[in-house]
Amino acid sequence: MRLMQSQSSFRKKTAYMGLFLALSLICSYVEVLIPINFGIPGVKLGLTNIVIVLTMYCIGEKEALGISVLRILLSGLLFGNLFSVLFSLAGGILSFFVMVVGKRFLKLKCIAVSTSGGIAHNVGQLLVAAFVVDNFSVFYYIPVLIVSGVLTGLLIGIIAQELVLRIGKLIKF
Amino acid sequence: MKKRFGKNDFIFFGIIVILLIGILVWFYILRPTSGDSVTITIDGEVYGVYSLEEEQEIPIPNKNGEISNILLISSGKAKMIEADCPDKLCMNQNSIYRNNENIVCLPNRVVVTVTSKESDEIDAIAK
Repeated sequence: MRLMQSQSSFRKKTAYMGLFLALSLICSYVEVLIPINFGIPGVKLGLTNIVIVLTMYCIGEKEALGISVLRILLSGLLFGNLFSVLFSLAGGILSFFVMVVGKRFLKLKCIAVSTSGGIAHNVGQLLVAAFVVDNFSVFYYIPVLIVSGVLTGLLIGIIAQELVLRIGKLIKF
Repeated sequence: MKKRFGKNDFIFFGIIVILLIGILVWFYILRPTSGDSVTITIDGEVYGVYSLEEEQEIPIPNKNGEISNILLISSGKAKMIEADCPDKLCMNQNSIYRNNENIVCLPNRVVVTVTSKESDEIDAIAK
């Protein structure tokens, strides 16, 4: 009986993760469609982070990392190129670890976690850019990228927080 | 309210506010002035220095010697007008003219940075 129950919860978890991965891919696609150009490369809304934060708080951290990495690889293959994958991976992984530290050790709530993730994402991308071109002058843009990270992170965090409070209880295994 | 913000969240946002104030100070007070030339580096090596006062189009080659990017300098500002990469991020970037502002083309590893002779002298003295 117990074995059956754990099997069914495993199935449910798999289904939820597939659902969230699909959702995050849709978010990346929507983001590609947004034609706003801020004049500085790397300034993006980060819609997929809603899904990552939601997964992190409702399912678990390991699962969120899995979804984040798979989403970056898949959306890179679908809508981008090698460079966009490299960039997103650096931003995604750094922001993920910053968010885990914030959530686990500082016991931060969604909004703060998402804000720290937004900043870390932009800093990670800038680090890769500096590394690729072998020139640290790109750090001139770090203040702008921090501000944009805070703003987008706040917005995404508010959405994720409301989602966690409203539908978090429904996601059970 | 308690569900959304804990004690640590307030501390976190306090730090963020201080950071933003610091950035505002940088933006309005310490922001560099206009430069007078642009330095183009390819793969970390200096390719050339061009004056911002002359109107000119500078073709930039990649490692195979083919022209991969074209930089346009007009009315004291520099802008990338041609790039052979797929996403054209460098072409979407605004014109640059302030000291240390730069345009980066990642696929071709090209960096265009605004520089000025005066600041170079100051740097030289500081060294």
